[in-house]
Amino acid sequence: MKLKNTWPKYYKRDVVTHYCPGCGHGIVHRIVAEVLEELDLGGRAICVNPAGCAVLAYLYFDFDVIESAHGRGTAIATGVKRSRPDLFVFTYQGDGDLSAIGTAETIHSANRGENIAVIFINNAVYGMTGGQMAPTTLIDMKTTTTPAGRDPKYDGYPLHITEVVAQFPGVVYAERVAIDSPTGIRKTKKAIAAAFQTQVDGLGYSIIEVLSPCPTNWKQSPVDSFKWVSEVMTTEFPLGVLTDKRSRKG
Amino acid sequence: MNKVFISGNHAFGEAAIRAGCSCYFGYPITPQNELGEYMAEHMRAAGGVFIQSESETAAINMVIGAAATGARAMTSSSSPGISLKQEGISFLAGFELPAVIVNVMRGGPGLGNIAPSQGDYFQATRGGGHGDYRTPVFAPASVQEIADLTYHAFDIADRYRTPVMMLSDGMMGQMKEPVVFPEKIKELPKKEWALKGRGDGPSRYMCSLILDVMEMERHNWKLVRKYAEIEKDEVRYEPYLIDDAEIIVIAYGTTARIAKGAIKRVRKDGVRAGMLRPITLWPFPKKALAELSARVKQFVVFEMSTGQMLEDVQIALAGKADIMFHGRPGGVVPTPIEFSRIIYREYQKVTKKDK
Ligand SMILES: Cc1ncc(C[n+]2csc(CCOP(=O)(O)OP(=O)(O)O)c2C)c(N)n1
Ligand code: SF4
Ligand SMILES: [Mg+2]
Repeated sequence: MKLKNTWPKYYKRDVVTHYCPGCGHGIVHRIVAEVLEELDLGGRAICVNPAGCAVLAYLYFDFDVIESAHGRGTAIATGVKRSRPDLFVFTYQGDGDLSAIGTAETIHSANRGENIAVIFINNAVYGMTGGQMAPTTLIDMKTTTTPAGRDPKYDGYPLHITEVVAQFPGVVYAERVAIDSPTGIRKTKKAIAAAFQTQVDGLGYSIIEVLSPCPTNWKQSPVDSFKWVSEVMTTEFPLGVLTDKRSRKG
Repeated sequence: MNKVFISGNHAFGEAAIRAGCSCYFGYPITPQNELGEYMAEHMRAAGGVFIQSESETAAINMVIGAAATGARAMTSSSSPGISLKQEGISFLAGFELPAVIVNVMRGGPGLGNIAPSQGDYFQATRGGGHGDYRTPVFAPASVQEIADLTYHAFDIADRYRTPVMMLSDGMMGQMKEPVVFPEKIKELPKKEWALKGRGDGPSRYMCSLILDVMEMERHNWKLVRKYAEIEKDEVRYEPYLIDDAEIIVIAYGTTARIAKGAIKRVRKDGVRAGMLRPITLWPFPKKALAELSARVKQFVVFEMSTGQMLEDVQIALAGKADIMFHGRPGGVVPTPIEFSRIIYREYQKVTKKDK
């Protein structure tokens, strides 16, 4: 078998990444671009990017992008999609963005069953602001604002927001995947394709949570951080389909 | 066109629909609930979008999304909710996106009360949110003007690619008057900049993040040039009996209506009082005031606040005339008699000086 190295149509060329070595964001970006090409959606796609390390996603994405204030992505996506239902609309958000400051927007866009897709990058920290505790930070995990480790009695417990919204009738597809291995990457691509197709079919809201390494703030090597995703993060955040209502009638 | 008897809150909605607004997002708050309710019924009937959002924050961000696609979009609220929208208004300014935001002001600070007030003048005219920006602000003083100015606000928003604020209060929102509405708009302006998917063309992005400080500075100065144009071309005010006036009232919105009653009253006793009513609060009719100060030396500022527009009057008059301020904050609505007493008293100062 000959290995092919193709460049996705909707990924910009000749740009130098700002992401740290081993960061999951770049991998998920490429997956998104590939899926948009395979489903032939890039020409009518609008991505709502977050405040977070992916705020610069438009440097790489070669389709239309609008930035959001921290946490407000799904409200903006709601405005875009309701105004132009013919466009393909998705948000790309971090764990702080989606499950701390943007919790209300997340819950209510999901509960309205907006016909949008949400890509949720869970790296268990606030990457962009330097590694503070996120709602998803694991128990005992050290961050700059939990220097002795996250104490659930003091700091609360890791928040499982995807499980929360998966219960809503308006949420058609929810899956948690991990960027931890070639298999994980393939599964992530499949999940994102399922979410995107859900919108194309007019079925409603979908959310894909991606467990994603942040070697810089975890203070681990890229290789170790991939291992940490598989061995540690998945014990708190188990992988799999959380809801699939695609075959539901009406 | 037929005259209809309609409340201010409903008039905001009807005028917006006639101006081609196709997306309304809002969260209930008194005293502007009738506006959202009107949209729930009529916006959807007109084929547009109405969403009762989970918060004012969500509503303004839905406005951002709809405006980014080129739609005419609107949200409305009252004071506490407008505070929540400020982050989004700052983003609209940064993105250079048009939108219309209605504030039906109530007493504050905090939850305050649900009575009419003018306590949000600073917030409205100084940008309100973070960063170096301005928003045009219209202050209607009748339900007819609510209709006309709301219609106009969408044009200004599109022409200058800026959020525009309609600054009103509970009195304006609740009261009913006969109104002749503008005709429904036939053709909306083309918006080349709107996001609609790249198609076969180059991709585009809309962002307010500009990490390069020199580039950010250029963006700031670009906005300033736009604001300068608005200041040059879009100032509106109503002069009322000013030609022979020796004492001039400055008041806007509800307060201006009450002041009109007071001026009519004192004129009967030979008091030569007039009024300059700012219709745009930003840009403020600075030049008109400065010109008046060459001739008139006594001004009275009436507000339903502790003195906010007062500062703009002080700036405009630049020490060239005396200013007396009378304010009723907290939701108290003053009466024409109350204002007329003040005008009599201040007028005596003028006539004494003359002697
Ligand atoms: C209103 C507001 N508050 C705070 C910030 C600062 N801020 C920017 S990104 C961020 C957290 C990002 O974390 P996450 O969403 O997990 O994204 P990541 O960088 O980890 O991908 C914060 C707190 C902001 N931009 N706006
Ligand atoms: S800080 Fe973390 S999330 Fe941000 S670019 Fe670096 S590795 Fe990625
Ligand atoms: Mg994060």
